[in-house]
Amino acid sequence: MRVGPDIDPALWRGLTARRVSRRDLFKAAGVTAGAMGLSAILDACGVAGSQASKSPSATGVGSQSWWDQQKKTTQLDFANWPLYIDPSILKTFTKQTGINVTYQTVINDNDPFLAKIIPALQNGQGTGYDLCVNTNGGPMDRLIALGFVIPLDHRKIPNFFKYADPNVKSPTYDPGNKYTVTWQSGFTAIGYNSKEVKNPPKTFNELLNSPYKGKVGMFGNNQDLPCPALVAAGYDVQTSTPDQWKKAAEPVMRARDNGTIRAFYDQSYIDSLENGDILVTQAWSGDIFIAAAPKSIGGDGYPEMRLNLPTEGSIYWHDNMWIPLHAQNPVSSMMMMNFVYDPPIAARNADFIWYVSPVPSAKDIVLNDLKDPSVANSPLVFPTAADIAKTQGYRVWKDQAEEEEWNSIWEPVYSS
Amino acid sequence: MEQHLGTGVQLVEHRRLKLRRRLAPYFLSAPGSLWLLLFFLLPLVFMASVSLQTGNLLQGFRMTWHFANYSDALSLYHVQFVRSLIYGSIATGITLVVSYPLAYWIAFHGGRYKNTLLLLILLPFFVTFVIRTLAWEFILSDQGIVLGTLKHWHLLPQNYHVLATSTAVIAGIAYNYLPFMALPLYVALEKIDRTVVEAARDLYSSNRAVFSHVILPLSLPGVFAGLLLTFVPAVGDYVNAAILGGTNNVMIGNIIQLKYLQDFDYPLASALSFILMAALLIGIFIYARALGTRQIEEYV
Repeated sequence: MRVGPDIDPALWRGLTARRVSRRDLFKAAGVTAGAMGLSAILDACGVAGSQASKSPSATGVGSQSWWDQQKKTTQLDFANWPLYIDPSILKTFTKQTGINVTYQTVINDNDPFLAKIIPALQNGQGTGYDLCVNTNGGPMDRLIALGFVIPLDHRKIPNFFKYADPNVKSPTYDPGNKYTVTWQSGFTAIGYNSKEVKNPPKTFNELLNSPYKGKVGMFGNNQDLPCPALVAAGYDVQTSTPDQWKKAAEPVMRARDNGTIRAFYDQSYIDSLENGDILVTQAWSGDIFIAAAPKSIGGDGYPEMRLNLPTEGSIYWHDNMWIPLHAQNPVSSMMMMNFVYDPPIAARNADFIWYVSPVPSAKDIVLNDLKDPSVANSPLVFPTAADIAKTQGYRVWKDQAEEEEWNSIWEPVYSS
Repeated sequence: MEQHLGTGVQLVEHRRLKLRRRLAPYFLSAPGSLWLLLFFLLPLVFMASVSLQTGNLLQGFRMTWHFANYSDALSLYHVQFVRSLIYGSIATGITLVVSYPLAYWIAFHGGRYKNTLLLLILLPFFVTFVIRTLAWEFILSDQGIVLGTLKHWHLLPQNYHVLATSTAVIAGIAYNYLPFMALPLYVALEKIDRTVVEAARDLYSSNRAVFSHVILPLSLPGVFAGLLLTFVPAVGDYVNAAILGGTNNVMIGNIIQLKYLQDFDYPLASALSFILMAALLIGIFIYARALGTRQIEEYV
């Protein structure tokens, strides 16, 4: 877990979230007064589920008539990951729309971010954000199932329907793009330090058996470690069975216990790779690009950093824009979604952050207008259909029980 | 008393005064009690209740008096529990061995620099816990300023590393909780009446005997308080294991964090917290009984 020196997001939210109204206060006082007896307290302690709000009515939040009632505001509170946008496009957005964007890089990891906003949403309070970016797989599924995501107004995102890559249209985790549109995508692959590693691993298994004992990094979460392990073992991520999960976990545990794997990392793996603590590691594609780029253009200045897409196929994932329930400026959120699917804007963003752009036509703009052939021709920013065909996605669990079984097998691997 | 019995008015006045005096302690402790009730007792009751519930985030959690949460927690994570107790004990032992001479020297030989020296101990702790730990990650990195230099001179094998080992985690904990040990020790040593020490010397006691028969016994309450203040947070620590640790170094605090933040398994996380709390309380109780704690309240 890495905690930056930034101001605590909770403080930000405290400063920006709506104030508690007098009625809320009375309501809270009533609850406290009512909970006098111990049994009453215990009763009040139950954490309510939220599935009831799952079935939206014709006039409920996110319906056409609801959207028709929403007024355009001049504010947008945008929560995103660090180094995940060309900041200049926010200025362009403000200039074009008159909407002031409060852009906060408060998301370092999906689960801790969800753990912060979900209790507020469960209490019927806002998160303080109008637009968030979270990854498919567990996090996005959970938010949608809980009913915390406002269905999108498709009339407001013509650019998405016109320019979006077919790969991000109607994905399995959000059929019909009812709740989300992709921000950027990326690959879970293998990163290495080419100065030290002369014979870089080309497959997941070569990574596990690499001769650099104690210098190998792996991901420590329940998608980026298990899914590549399953692919390497020759299984289909989506249809694999618990027995196959156990079999795929074995070589990882062996490499852990014989000292090959140094640690299981979150986003901090990139620092460890740059300072030489690890030499080969599982990596997210755009990170390695940024690590290798010179400082003068916004990179980290480690040209020896390289990326291999594992030959058995890599994991292809999507970070998605979504609007949390109780957002104060939902119209601004829709305008931002439409704005970033405008090819010239998408091109500027792709040229800055080097993750897979959801707008294929941005490629020509990067090549001809921005004159950056290395980005335009990179299969990691504008992959071909053949590149994508070799990939698999994160596991989509059938239900809570399956997710729990998955976790009971994989968690002991990466948090032992 | 007699002058108050003069008139009835005086008597009533006197009674009122007595009543007020009797209630005064309650009035004075009301803010503290209220604070404890609101921010300690209520959350504790809430957590106790959650630890017996079943369910998940989607369907909600319901009270089912599911005591199996506790046995599940123990059977799944006893390794991490035992590891946390071991790491915490070793780290606490290290802080004691390092802090005692330090506190002794400041208390007896610090002279007019006492406050400056104490400030120096505390100074690093004006920086956030996490940042301090990250600084160690930077200092101890494999090719960093310490190991990199030693490797350059071929004083260490190339693949030697400190980070991602249990040593790094224990050292990190010991470093981070050092003041919790050093300060109570200093207070205990500073309070020792110097005339007692002089008396021992007048009775021809050797330096060693002065220490073992006078100073050490008189400083024991400080040792007790220091061990308590260090051991409890050390066992529950999760930052050091997360930043300085590698594989097979996970502590129980990390598991609670994982259960809470990634799995949203609030009942199991609560049960784990309660087991940790119970283990620590029982340990402290036995320890207090064994050591005798007449003077503890002065320090804790």
